[in-house]
Amino acid sequence: MTAYEKVMAARDAKKLTAVDYIAHMFGDSFIELHGDRRFADDKAIVAGLAMLYDTPLTVIGIEKGRNTKERMERNFGQAQPEGYRKALRLMKQAEKFRRPVLCLVDTSGAYPGIGAEERGQGQAIAENLMEMMTLKTPVLTILIGEGGSGGALALAVSDEVWMMENAVYSVISPEGCASILWKDSSKAPEAAEALKMTAQDLFNLGVVERIIRQPKAEDAAMFESLKMLISRTLEKNLSLTPEELTNQRYQRFRKIGTAHLQT
Amino acid sequence: MDFFAFVKPKNELESAPDAKQNVPFIPEEMWVKCPRCNTLLLTTDMEENLNVCTHCGHHFRMNVKQRIALFADADTFVERDGGMTSINILDFPGYDQKLEKARRSGTESVICGECLIGGVRTVLCVMDAGFMMGSMGTVTGEKITRAFEFATEKRLPVVVCSVSGGARMQEGILSLMQMAKTSGAVKRHSDAGLLYITVLTDPTTGGVTASFAMEGDIILAEPNTLVAFAGPRVIEQTMRQKLPRDFQTSEFVMQKGFIDAVVSRDKLKDIVARLLKIHGYKEAAQ
Repeated sequence: MTAYEKVMAARDAKKLTAVDYIAHMFGDSFIELHGDRRFADDKAIVAGLAMLYDTPLTVIGIEKGRNTKERMERNFGQAQPEGYRKALRLMKQAEKFRRPVLCLVDTSGAYPGIGAEERGQGQAIAENLMEMMTLKTPVLTILIGEGGSGGALALAVSDEVWMMENAVYSVISPEGCASILWKDSSKAPEAAEALKMTAQDLFNLGVVERIIRQPKAEDAAMFESLKMLISRTLEKNLSLTPEELTNQRYQRFRKIGTAHLQT
Repeated sequence: MDFFAFVKPKNELESAPDAKQNVPFIPEEMWVKCPRCNTLLLTTDMEENLNVCTHCGHHFRMNVKQRIALFADADTFVERDGGMTSINILDFPGYDQKLEKARRSGTESVICGECLIGGVRTVLCVMDAGFMMGSMGTVTGEKITRAFEFATEKRLPVVVCSVSGGARMQEGILSLMQMAKTSGAVKRHSDAGLLYITVLTDPTTGGVTASFAMEGDIILAEPNTLVAFAGPRVIEQTMRQKLPRDFQTSEFVMQKGFIDAVVSRDKLKDIVARLLKIHGYKEAAQ
C-alpha cells in the first residue's frame, strides 16, 4: 500500500473503533466514567475502568463512532478541551491508585471550532503534554486509526507508543499539507509520502516501539494476544519506581530526532 | 547602456506646475503606514517608540534582535546553542531551499541564551518570525529544551517570548514530537520550583500555543496579539463558522481566562523584572 492508501485505510468508516477494542478486550469489566468535572462530558473521548486479567486499568479512547448517528454524537472523534481534561482527570486518578493507563487514539485532530478555542483547546493539550510526562504510573498508547497532530499527541506522551499496521500519525493531514505548501490539496498523496506518516516510517524514526497486526472483529485470538502484549508491557513498567518510570519516559522523547542534530 | 539617454530631457517650462514639488521627498523605506489608524509614521520615530504606532498605539512586530534588546539589560545577552542548524531529516521536497532562504535573515526560529533582566540572571528564549514564520522544527524544540534544562540545573527563571505559525510541516512527526519534548522540560523546571514567564506576541498559534507558550506560571501577552490553537483561517475553512469580531485577540483570550495580563510593550520589561523579584530572584552582583 502507498502512504495515501494507508491514510484512506486509517479513515475507513468500517474499521474497528475504540469502543470495539474496549468491548473485545475488556468485555463486561468496562465501567465508563464521564465528564471533566469542570464544564461538560465530551463524547469524543470514551473513558473508564476495566480489568486486564487481574490488573485494574484506566482506559481512555478517542471514539469516532460506528454509524452516522454515533459519528454525529461523537463529533467524528474530534475532541474538545473537555475531552482532554476528562482524560487528564482520569489519568491523575489512575496515578493516585497506581493503576496503569491505556490510551487508544483515533482522531483526525482536536476540534478546530469557536467554542473549543474559547475554552482553551491549546491550553488543554499543553497541560496534558506536561502532566503526562511526569505521570507516576505506566501509560501505553496504541494508535488504532488516525493520529492527527496535537489532538492525538495529547493522549500519546507515554512510555511506549504502538501503531496498528494501517494506522497513520502526522503533524498535519496530507490534504492540509498539500494545500498550504503547494496550494493544491489534490497533491495529498505526494504529501502523505513526504510526511512519513505510516507505521513503518514512524518505527524507523523511533517514534513508535511496535507495529501491531490489525485485528478483525471476529478474531478473538488476535485480541487475546494483543491483551497479553499490553499486560506484559504494563507489568514491566509497574515494576519500576516512579522516578525510573518518568525518567525513562522523558528520555524516550528527549532522544527522538536528536541523532540528526548538528551542534 | 543607459536607455534613458534617448528620452527627451524634461524642461521645467514645459511641465505643468506640480503640487508635490513642495513636499519633501521621502524614500519608501523611511515611512510605514499603520494598519490600524492609517497614519504614516517615520520609521525612525516608530523604532524609537519600540515599534509601536505613535498615533494609536498599534504594536508592530519586532525582529529578534529588537526583542532581545527590549528585555535584556544592555550588553548582557549571551547566546547558547547558537550554532545548531536545521537539516532536512525527512528529505522533504523543497525544504532545503526554504531553509537556505530563511538563513539569509536568521539562524533558526528561536534564539536562546542567558542575560540580566533588571539585574536578575534569567534564561531568555526569543522566537523569530523572520525564520520560517517561527515554525517549530527539531532544532527549535531542542534549543528550547536545552534552555530549560540549563535553567533547571542552574536554578534560573525562564522568560520565553513566543511568535509562531505552528509546527514545521517539513519535519513531519518530528515537529510534533517537539511539543512533548519541550513540555517535559518545562515540567521538570516547574517541579524544581522555578519561575517560567511566557510573553505571547503576534501571532502565537498551533503547536507552540498547545505546548510551551501556554505552560507558563505567568502568561503575559502584548495588546491585539493573535493567540490561537486553530487560527482564524483554519476555523473558517474547515468549520465554515463565521468568527466574532476580535476573536482570538490577546484581550479576548484574557477575558476567557487563559492569559494573566495584556501588557503594552513599553511596560513589558518592567513587569517581567518585577515579577522575577517578587519570586525571590535577586539582582546579580556586578
